[in-house]
Amino acid sequence: MSLTTTTTTAPSPTPPHTSEEGPSRSNIGLVRPDFSTGLKDLLTTVDHKKIGAMYAIFALAFLIIGGVEALFIRAQLAVAENNLVSAETYNQLFTMHGTTMVFLAVMPLSSAFFNFLVPLQIGARDVAFPRLNAFSLWTFVAGAIVVNISWLFQAAQALGWFTTENGMTDIVPAGGWFGYAPLTSDEYTGIGTDFWIFGLQVLGIASIAASLNFIVTIINFRAPGMKMMRLPVFVWMTLITSILVIFAFPPITVALGELMFDRYFGTNFFRVDQGGQPILWQHLFWVFGHPEVYILILPAMGIISEILPVSSKKPLFGYSLIVFSGAVIGFLGFAVWSHHMFTTGLGKVATAAFSLLTMAIAVPTGVKIFNWIGTLWGGRIKFTVPMVLSLGFIWMFMMGGFSGIMHSSAPSDAQQQDSYFVVAHFHYVLIGGSILSLMAGVYFWMPKMTGKMWYGKLGYWVAGIVIVGLNLTFFPMHFLGMIGMPRRTHTYLEGTGWEPMNLVCTIGAFILAIGIFFFLYDIFRTLRKGPPAGDDPWDGRTLEWTISSPPPAYNFARTPIVHSRDALWAHKHGKESVKLGSVEPSPGGIHMPSNSWFPLVASVGFLILGVSMALKQAGVPYCGYIAISGLLITFVGIYLWALEGPGGYHLHPEEKA
Amino acid sequence: MSHAADASHPADHIPTGLDNKKLMMWLFLASDCMFFGTLITTHLVYRKIYENVGVDPITVFDIELTTASSFILLMSSLLMALAVSAIHKGDVKSFRWNLVGVIIFGTLFLGGQVYEFNHFVHLGLTLSTGTFGSTFYVMTGTHGVHVALGILWLISWLVYSFSPKFNAHENAVDVETAGLYWHFVDIVWIVIFTAVYLIEYV
Ligand SMILES: [Cu+2]
Repeated sequence: MSLTTTTTTAPSPTPPHTSEEGPSRSNIGLVRPDFSTGLKDLLTTVDHKKIGAMYAIFALAFLIIGGVEALFIRAQLAVAENNLVSAETYNQLFTMHGTTMVFLAVMPLSSAFFNFLVPLQIGARDVAFPRLNAFSLWTFVAGAIVVNISWLFQAAQALGWFTTENGMTDIVPAGGWFGYAPLTSDEYTGIGTDFWIFGLQVLGIASIAASLNFIVTIINFRAPGMKMMRLPVFVWMTLITSILVIFAFPPITVALGELMFDRYFGTNFFRVDQGGQPILWQHLFWVFGHPEVYILILPAMGIISEILPVSSKKPLFGYSLIVFSGAVIGFLGFAVWSHHMFTTGLGKVATAAFSLLTMAIAVPTGVKIFNWIGTLWGGRIKFTVPMVLSLGFIWMFMMGGFSGIMHSSAPSDAQQQDSYFVVAHFHYVLIGGSILSLMAGVYFWMPKMTGKMWYGKLGYWVAGIVIVGLNLTFFPMHFLGMIGMPRRTHTYLEGTGWEPMNLVCTIGAFILAIGIFFFLYDIFRTLRKGPPAGDDPWDGRTLEWTISSPPPAYNFARTPIVHSRDALWAHKHGKESVKLGSVEPSPGGIHMPSNSWFPLVASVGFLILGVSMALKQAGVPYCGYIAISGLLITFVGIYLWALEGPGGYHLHPEEKA
Repeated sequence: MSHAADASHPADHIPTGLDNKKLMMWLFLASDCMFFGTLITTHLVYRKIYENVGVDPITVFDIELTTASSFILLMSSLLMALAVSAIHKGDVKSFRWNLVGVIIFGTLFLGGQVYEFNHFVHLGLTLSTGTFGSTFYVMTGTHGVHVALGILWLISWLVYSFSPKFNAHENAVDVETAGLYWHFVDIVWIVIFTAVYLIEYV
């Protein structure tokens, strides 16, 4: 199929909408601002679609930053005994690469999809708490700045504009994304760790707030008839992911808090000479860290489960099994954290138990893969760009799964521990899995989001280059690990036999970077010159394709009534009894929430708090007071937010019913 | 603070019949369970690890005083329940008096904690007294912060109840949400009281 083709518009249950300027507005709130365009609107918006778009933009920006860090790492390792970067810089690079990719690229890109899609797919006008949603976005941005501003302070130090009290040099986080204490205690690390601790705490607040919002939205804001077992799989995966977030983030919050107390207030959580136990950090970190893997991958599975049925013109094979296996994966995700700690000496019983539980995860994962293959089986497959990327995902994810099973056995894990084999495994899952499917999602839903359709063959080139680059970069790492190359060391000796494969990995990384560059360029040129996408360019199955592209501010002029799974598909091709209905519009018009400044204000407070607490450790004067003022700003923001009231105005879309 | 919630289409149906704000609070409390669970577990695994810190918890703890302050906190929960029931009946006056009671009892509890911390530090149990001191203060302190935020929240409602915009009927669910939080904080204290104080006397 040519990408330029836009298929005919689906029979739409909602009449065409009129332009934005038409609606009459009656103000029913207090003094909440009411911008609809410009920078002020972006800073104060509570519209889930705009918030989703901003999440995507920030995530792509951090994907570039994290990617450049990765390129430096690969360039350093391209040849033996290289000294492109120092050992210290190398530590900073891999720490910031991991932290950035996990928290600032993949998670927010998933959030972008949650935000944009969930209300549309369940037939809602917005999320349950629109201002809380804006707060999540800005708090995420605040946390991202706290972590990354360390680069600026390091640059300032190099230029002599910034000095630390004790002349410490490690200003950028360098303790690994896992931050193992006591290696991250104040004896061994500088203020980089403080930027990292506070940045992650702020990001945690953002994630928990967003997740609470999505759970409430999915449970309470479903359109009439949208029973739980009729939810699109993507929405199910969002729900499970959000539940994982609210249970997985508290342990890491406690761990970070304890580390912070050790560094600032002289507690002994991780001070070995005072009875502190390094293994406590490992437990708390991985109780979070393993579910986090599923927080990153479940949205990807959701996206794939939406694209495959559309592109093969068949219903998803085994809907209930997909949903159920997702829930089982989420549950088991909490039960297997210690497989990251086999080599710490947990004892035979614990090791055996965690080994078995880890292997058990292969079952629901395999179920999902068979469901996807079952969906493709006998389908009229159209090789669109999202479809090609999805097939790439299935391949990469299966590869990652196989090497995952190899780690689940404690004896072989002991061999692979801290070697490049592990690096290969999790990049197959997280880059090959998450990033590839998120790219597929971008290709699939960008036309809905922007109203512009992809054109030309560039998308296929992007998919091809990225898939080749990924495999070239990460496949040799399996062998590098097998022949003993360790992770996290900034160079290796000549004559180890690791040189040729490292060079291949580096070349692969640069090919991958070219693919990502063309991906971003494709987005850019489509935004500028893409032909109109139409309402339903892929012949979709879910509710978002019933409304215009881009969707109007109010999403659905009339709330749809759903009678089956795959609601739009059933409407287009099913019996009369499963056609979509719609709720009579309320005579008062559609209630829309007004914009608000206060979520942003509350988030700025966190930003000030985080940065000044880290600088306090560097001996910068008055930072304690600035930190307190940051906390006060957050409190004032929340109070004004509360007093401002729900506000809102009414819209009357002109209906040609 | 409960105004933080805003529904974007209030008139529409809710499939579960559960109020958004209340559902949100239940989920938050579920998350908070993990938070306190982690802190309490840390304390339990650390309390015996390094015993020669020079301080014996039993000689430091004043179990009579802590029992009394725990009882006060429990009673505040009762008053909170009365306040919620009053606002549901539209009895603003009784709502306010009960709320004042909760606030006073909560503050008394916090006062007890401040006194206790001060006293313990004098007896040599500080933040840096082995791992016992670290986990003890961080955990009970975190609980104290929860109580303090709760008091702040309830004071805000007390003040707001005099505003012309206050509407007992509409705001009842907000107060109920604050009440859920308050009960949770009390229940957590019972667990902490058992796992931190009483366990030392076993
Ligand atoms: Cu794991």
